[in-house]
Amino acid sequence: MSETTHDTLAGNAERGEPLQFHETTEHHPETGTLLGFWIYLMSDCLIFASLFATYGVLGRSYADGPTGMELFDLPLVAMNTSLLLLSSITYGFAMLKMQANQLRGTMVWLAITGLLGAGFLGLELYEFNHLIHEGAGPWRSGFLSAFFGLVGTHGLHVLFGIVWLVTLLFQLKKHGLIPENQRRLFCLSMFWHFLDVVWIGVFTFVYLMGVLP
Amino acid sequence: MSGSNDHHGGDMPHSTFKGYMTGFVLSVILTAIPFWLVMGDVIKDTGMTALVILGFAAVQIVVHMIYFLHMNFHSEGGWNMLALIFTAVIVFIALAGSLWVMYHLNVNMMPGLMKEYG
Repeated sequence: MSETTHDTLAGNAERGEPLQFHETTEHHPETGTLLGFWIYLMSDCLIFASLFATYGVLGRSYADGPTGMELFDLPLVAMNTSLLLLSSITYGFAMLKMQANQLRGTMVWLAITGLLGAGFLGLELYEFNHLIHEGAGPWRSGFLSAFFGLVGTHGLHVLFGIVWLVTLLFQLKKHGLIPENQRRLFCLSMFWHFLDVVWIGVFTFVYLMGVLP
Repeated sequence: MSGSNDHHGGDMPHSTFKGYMTGFVLSVILTAIPFWLVMGDVIKDTGMTALVILGFAAVQIVVHMIYFLHMNFHSEGGWNMLALIFTAVIVFIALAGSLWVMYHLNVNMMPGLMKEYG
């Protein structure tokens, strides 16, 4: 490969033509937004890693308070999980509509995704409210502090995701599927799917393992 | 390969209906089984159940990475994957390190155990 490049370069120089360089690797992206956003997500991942580690350490420190087995309502968690999983696939459909350049379809699927996300958040708030009324607030024990810290941070991310999603709906309505909006939609899709990945960790590590004796 | 990317304003990976549906169906299966294992109390041994559901979670995370986040070794010239691998290493150190250190700290510093062994 390098030899042929040399030949071309030498040939060009002999013929008095300007030097031409052929990229042998994949071309450089025009903007670093997607890579930059991915690196943001990875740093966010580290925040969640530290929260998971905290929960891992404190998850069984009940301080004579209620345990996960007594508190966690698995059917509710299953419901929440399916809402988030469904919202991942509906976001996927929005991306497919975007690729097909169908503005209306993109907005409809995006709105459905937002509603599913809001449903998830509603159920989570209901659960938090229920726990606090039972006297199992974050102040009760190390276990509950770590639980509210981890699950609450994930919920806040979903909330900001929904705010971003609604903002994008307005942007789409105003400007349509311009390249900038396509890029924003793609970044939000990474964010949204990333939150679903974190939730896999939450329902497995916190809820399912929490109810095991 | 780069030709298919260029049509969609920049360097976004191309998604397909088939890819999303494959990811979704796999995720549903990989979510339903752990819930069933725990709620139905299928495996009597707690430690075994925990290991199995952690395994399902790991597989599901990989499925999401591939089908929803479109991870591969050539997007962004491999830098996406490099950042992911680096993060995975740090996450592993943070999780395993915390659990390991704090477990031994607990075991060695518990007043109850001091009496038992000392």
